Amino acid sequence: MTVTTSEILRESANWAFLVIAIPTLFAGWRTVTSNNIVRAVLYLVVSLAGTAAMFLMLGAEFVGWTVVLVYIGAVVILFLIGIMITRAPLGADADLSHVGIIKAAAALLSIIVFGIITWAMIDAFGNEAIATFEPTATNTLSMLLFDRYAIPFEVVSFVLLAALIGGIAIARRDDKVAS
Amino acid sequence: MTIVQFLIVGAALFSFGLYGVITRKNAVLVLASVELMLAAVNINLVAFDVYLQDTLRSGQIFALFVIALAAAEVGIGIAIILMIYRNRQSADVDELNLMKG
Repeated sequence: MTVTTSEILRESANWAFLVIAIPTLFAGWRTVTSNNIVRAVLYLVVSLAGTAAMFLMLGAEFVGWTVVLVYIGAVVILFLIGIMITRAPLGADADLSHVGIIKAAAALLSIIVFGIITWAMIDAFGNEAIATFEPTATNTLSMLLFDRYAIPFEVVSFVLLAALIGGIAIARRDDKVAS
Repeated sequence: MTIVQFLIVGAALFSFGLYGVITRKNAVLVLASVELMLAAVNINLVAFDVYLQDTLRSGQIFALFVIALAAAEVGIGIAIILMIYRNRQSADVDELNLMKG
């Protein structure tokens, strides 16, 4: 089902999408360019909150709130702890990014990647609309997760457990070697 | 809503993450850029899930797995950065050239 440009402009959900997408992209941009390390991580919060809002718009409520809980609740706190433990300079610091040739090469590469993905997607999907949908019930998702996807779920749980134990084992101070 | 608008936002966030991974010097910010790329991937997964109306909801389930693995990745990554900082007194990825010939 394709829609015309005037239909896109008339649909109010698209304006809501724009209101979400612009701060998301701006915050994403500032995350990778900001000269203040704490601000860069806090911009990451805004960007991830924007993606969570997009999931809610798409009706993926459980995934959206999981992003809020896991990313904004836990991962960003881990980043801030990492910044403070490594005693990174907390004020504005000009020496956080490469300049010159590396910056130019990175900008060129990301513009090329963006151009290729965008061109391929527009070429493949054009103006195809997302069909009208019901929000995905968490009930449906959990039934699938513990029935159809039970083994992958257990594997991911095991990976998470191994990662946590490994993280503690790596980060703890080994007194015998140090002294 | 069209599917392309979500895919373009995903592509833009992915490119920002790629730019950050290459240009950032601080290891924590490199990890943050990787998180941005994973978030972009999640947008694509959920958008295609809704577009295809898959009864098994594979896109959303896969997005949940990506979130769990991203959390594991950050936990390990911060632990490694912490250990490197303890040994080298620096979290700058450019100074970690111990294996350079």
